[in-house]
Amino acid sequence: MLDALKGPVKSVQDFCVLSGGALRNVFRKPHYADDILLQMETIGVGSVPIVMITGFFSGAVMAMQMGRGLQDYGQTGRTGQFVSIILVRELGPVLTAVMVAGQNSSGIASEIGSMEVTEQIDAMRALGTDPVQKLVTPRMIATAIMLPCLTILDDFIGMIGGGIMAKVLFAVPGRQYWSTVWRALAWSDVGQGLTKPFMYSFAVSLIGCYYGLRTTGGTQGVGRATTQAVVTASVLIFIMDFFIGRIFLWISQLGQ
Amino acid sequence: MAEKIQPTGVADTSDAASLLRFENVRVTFDGDDEKPALNGVSFNVRRGETRILLGAAGSGKTVLLKTAMGLECATGGRVFLFDEDVTHKSERELFDIRAKVGMLFQESALFDSMTVAQNVAYPLLNQKAVSMPRDKMEPAVRSSLRFVELEGQMGKYPSELSGGMRRRVAIARAVVTNPPLLLYDSPTAGLDPITAHTIMALIVKERDKDNTTALVVTHRYQDGNLVANFRYNPNSGHLDPVGPDGTKTIFMVMKEGKLVFEGSQTELEANRDPYVMKFVKQPQSEAA
Ligand SMILES: Nc1ncnc2c1ncn2[C@@H]1O[C@H](COP(=O)(O)OP(=O)(O)OP(=O)(O)O)[C@@H](O)[C@H]1O
Ligand SMILES: [Mg+2]
Repeated sequence: MLDALKGPVKSVQDFCVLSGGALRNVFRKPHYADDILLQMETIGVGSVPIVMITGFFSGAVMAMQMGRGLQDYGQTGRTGQFVSIILVRELGPVLTAVMVAGQNSSGIASEIGSMEVTEQIDAMRALGTDPVQKLVTPRMIATAIMLPCLTILDDFIGMIGGGIMAKVLFAVPGRQYWSTVWRALAWSDVGQGLTKPFMYSFAVSLIGCYYGLRTTGGTQGVGRATTQAVVTASVLIFIMDFFIGRIFLWISQLGQ
Repeated sequence: MAEKIQPTGVADTSDAASLLRFENVRVTFDGDDEKPALNGVSFNVRRGETRILLGAAGSGKTVLLKTAMGLECATGGRVFLFDEDVTHKSERELFDIRAKVGMLFQESALFDSMTVAQNVAYPLLNQKAVSMPRDKMEPAVRSSLRFVELEGQMGKYPSELSGGMRRRVAIARAVVTNPPLLLYDSPTAGLDPITAHTIMALIVKERDKDNTTALVVTHRYQDGNLVANFRYNPNSGHLDPVGPDGTKTIFMVMKEGKLVFEGSQTELEANRDPYVMKFVKQPQSEAA
């Protein structure tokens, strides 16, 4: 029984050591600014299309379903309010993070994984660089900057998608839609909507790096690492979503 | 100090400084104590020597080199690099010692996101112990690539090169900082006889040009034969044969994580151990 737990406990421990090292390196020389910029480009720019597409359609779908429900009460005019709250608080951060995990946790894991199995990580260490400093920390910083930005983009495009649906299906005037969208948002919603992607970014980048660095078993191992990274990162995002949501709820209750 | 087998019949280097010393080193993976990758390995590489390490696949040659660099941790015994105990040093402390060692990895291990020139420049840029002004780097990279005759490929990416060329770029990267000790992991594995000879000639040339100490892993006896009996002639640019024991070459044979032979070429050829004999009695047809 205890033996069965040894593996997972060891993994969690290794992951914490890696995360601790990566975080500590933020304040330690040398800094690889070029690598951070390169990663920001890969992660940020590379994910813009998928984030825009999922954002648009998730907003549109929400307006469609909300509007239908609100129709029964003759309240289709408030569609914007629901779309914006749900997008900013929940759907935007989670969907963006999951999409970015699908693209970048896997990308990071496969890139670092192939470097591991072809001895490039060993070569790095032999040639005077710490792989955590050179590979993990830049990816962590780049994701922590880019994921909130991508989430804002996703939220905004989602609102546009919702607006179009509200207009086409329920004849909500654009002006009314946008005013309900803005009025619905409190500062705490925006705070929550930006805290979440910032926190998820660590799951996306560090899980990718972790599985990449512990890759064994040649190209097959790289494939395995990639899949595991995406699955673990996505699951972790949903779990974190629950707890962060819970904490914000608690804070808002305290305020009342 | 436990030195089981003292090589004899080799040019005497016993008073020279020790560059790499293993003392009863043991390496195991994942707590698997039944089948250690290295088991009680002891030897001492002195300045000016060339060591040829022979052994079957999986006998622990790569693990031995990585342990020497501190890339793998010894679970028992002690490893000394340049008379410093590296067994339990932290990664950051190791960087300065590693800067004095050049390593050629088995699969070349070039960074495939970087060009050939960037790969060769990497140790110059990243090794803190190597303080070279930026404007000196370009000539250093150039001369290192000229040494392996790949000066014209500077802008290419490793994926655009053949296996033999990649191996040569990796040698250029290993020697660019002029380290006094070089570790070559299977430099000729998977290459045709002509390319393999080119690579071995480079290794001999590097040894005789800068008087470096080297540990060469190989499973081809003729590679060792070349290193032991030929010398680079800087005037003609060719390899010239030398008389018996003209080079300080010592052979070592590994079997299942154990060092089963250490001695000169004459001793190796006289050895009657069936495992050791297998490495000597290879078809000599493609020898240099
Ligand atoms: N990272 C690792 N994890 C677990 N076992 C390992 C690891 N690296 C090496 N081994 C084991 O150690 C033993 C020696 O491996 P090593 O790579 O040193 O062989 P080798 O002599 O270099 O073989 P080859 O000539 O094929 O390169 C093998 O049994 C291998 O399975
Ligand atoms: Mg090997």
